[in-house]
Amino acid sequence: MDIFKIIDEFQKIDGDVAGRLEYATRRHFMSKIGSKLAAVAVPTAFASIVNKAYAQSAKAIDVLNYALTLEYLEDEFYKAGNAAAGLIPASDKAIFTQIGKHETQHVAFLVKALGAKAIAKPTFDFKYGGAFGDVFTNYKTFVTVSSALEDTGVRAYKGQAGELLADPQILEYALQVHSVEARHAAVVRRLAATVTSNPAMKGWITGKEGAVPAIYVGEDNMTQGGKDLKGLASKSDAAITEAFDEPLTKEAVLAIAGPFITK
Amino acid sequence: MKSKNSGKEEGEITSVVNRRLFLRSAGLATSLGTIVLGAACSDDDPDPMIPGTGDAVDLGSGDIGVLNYAYALEQLEAAFYTQVVATPYTGITDAEKAILTDIRDHEVVHRDFFKAALGDKAIKGLTPNFAAIDFTKRDAVLGAAKLFEDTGVAAYNGAGKLIKDPGYLLLAGKIVSVEARHAAVIRDLINPKSADFAGDDIINGDGFDKAIAPADILTAVKGYVKDTITGANVGK
Repeated sequence: MDIFKIIDEFQKIDGDVAGRLEYATRRHFMSKIGSKLAAVAVPTAFASIVNKAYAQSAKAIDVLNYALTLEYLEDEFYKAGNAAAGLIPASDKAIFTQIGKHETQHVAFLVKALGAKAIAKPTFDFKYGGAFGDVFTNYKTFVTVSSALEDTGVRAYKGQAGELLADPQILEYALQVHSVEARHAAVVRRLAATVTSNPAMKGWITGKEGAVPAIYVGEDNMTQGGKDLKGLASKSDAAITEAFDEPLTKEAVLAIAGPFITK
Repeated sequence: MKSKNSGKEEGEITSVVNRRLFLRSAGLATSLGTIVLGAACSDDDPDPMIPGTGDAVDLGSGDIGVLNYAYALEQLEAAFYTQVVATPYTGITDAEKAILTDIRDHEVVHRDFFKAALGDKAIKGLTPNFAAIDFTKRDAVLGAAKLFEDTGVAAYNGAGKLIKDPGYLLLAGKIVSVEARHAAVIRDLINPKSADFAGDDIINGDGFDKAIAPADILTAVKGYVKDTITGANVGK
């Protein structure tokens, strides 16, 4: 077993792996390799370092697998959408190609981070039991579902941040993915405004404005940090709700995503 | 600082950075460059070239430090968009004006929210320095907006792990995704319907946005604020 080759492999998926190994006291690890017990100890030591580096707690593993479920869903959705002939107009192709690329990267990262603990990819029904029957033939439906998925993604990651306080590096990764989902959500919402002729829909969420109402429950919240912000800085209620995105609990997200998952 | 002998390259970089920052922030013509460079060699003053109010602002420590850090950045963003909306660039469209007004409102809400939440622990109102930004030009304004938004996202992403109180972490999370929405929309205005809203210049090969530590963010925004902000104990 070539330990350095493995570290190099990790470096490919994660440029910061050296720093993370440092965190797990690289020197201590290296001294273990050097010891007489090396032959026996290396695999165990390495496994424990990988475990430390990527998922220190059962909570973190749960969160990562939860994220993976949503990323699998998004990834498959854009794979199918980008492959569907005549669905996405040429003018909007660059947007969905870029989004699809990120979702594939998110899946790849999570699968590698979780290793053997990664859940298997579920089977999806993007027609949502018939509600979105024309999702891959009608661009309006596709954009609506896309914006719904992205806004759900933003809300879902946000809801898990507190669960990761004990795993600072994983928290940072989650935040780094979370803001990418928000970028996606903003640009798709702007597309949705045009495609569905709904000018009230902006890159940010006004009140609980958005198709598929269940996804926007609570977005009209006006209380932050225990303070009612009504009238703050003489701004409108609309502006105040736009200024904050709200989290969704895991239960709420799974209830929303459930009908997409057939198995 | 190593601008004396051996660290020649580093010294050169430092003086280039100082010169740029100075020229940008002072808005001076390049003809003054010689004088500036001469003065830029001073080793002890961390940033002799930034015209300041002379006020040193310490963000404080622990979670309060993180909140003040966010408050400082929101102050800059709010001031920037207030100016953008007050003096619209040449040829601004109604749609652009609506978007920039929305963003101004969001940033003002963020700023005032942090101020209220911090109460007597809040840092003072900062004095921004936007002399380097030509507010009459679309490219200049949207370019600066892109920089501020991307920086804001990276700042929140980098500060998240420094927060200890889950309530504060959630609040930061509620705001950072709005900043990311801003960043995407500004980028879409600059380069419509392209991949730039989440471009490869900002999102890495794992599909991750940037996360940058406070010290580096404070260095990056130094030219846009007259006060000297220190955040050595943010999150500690």
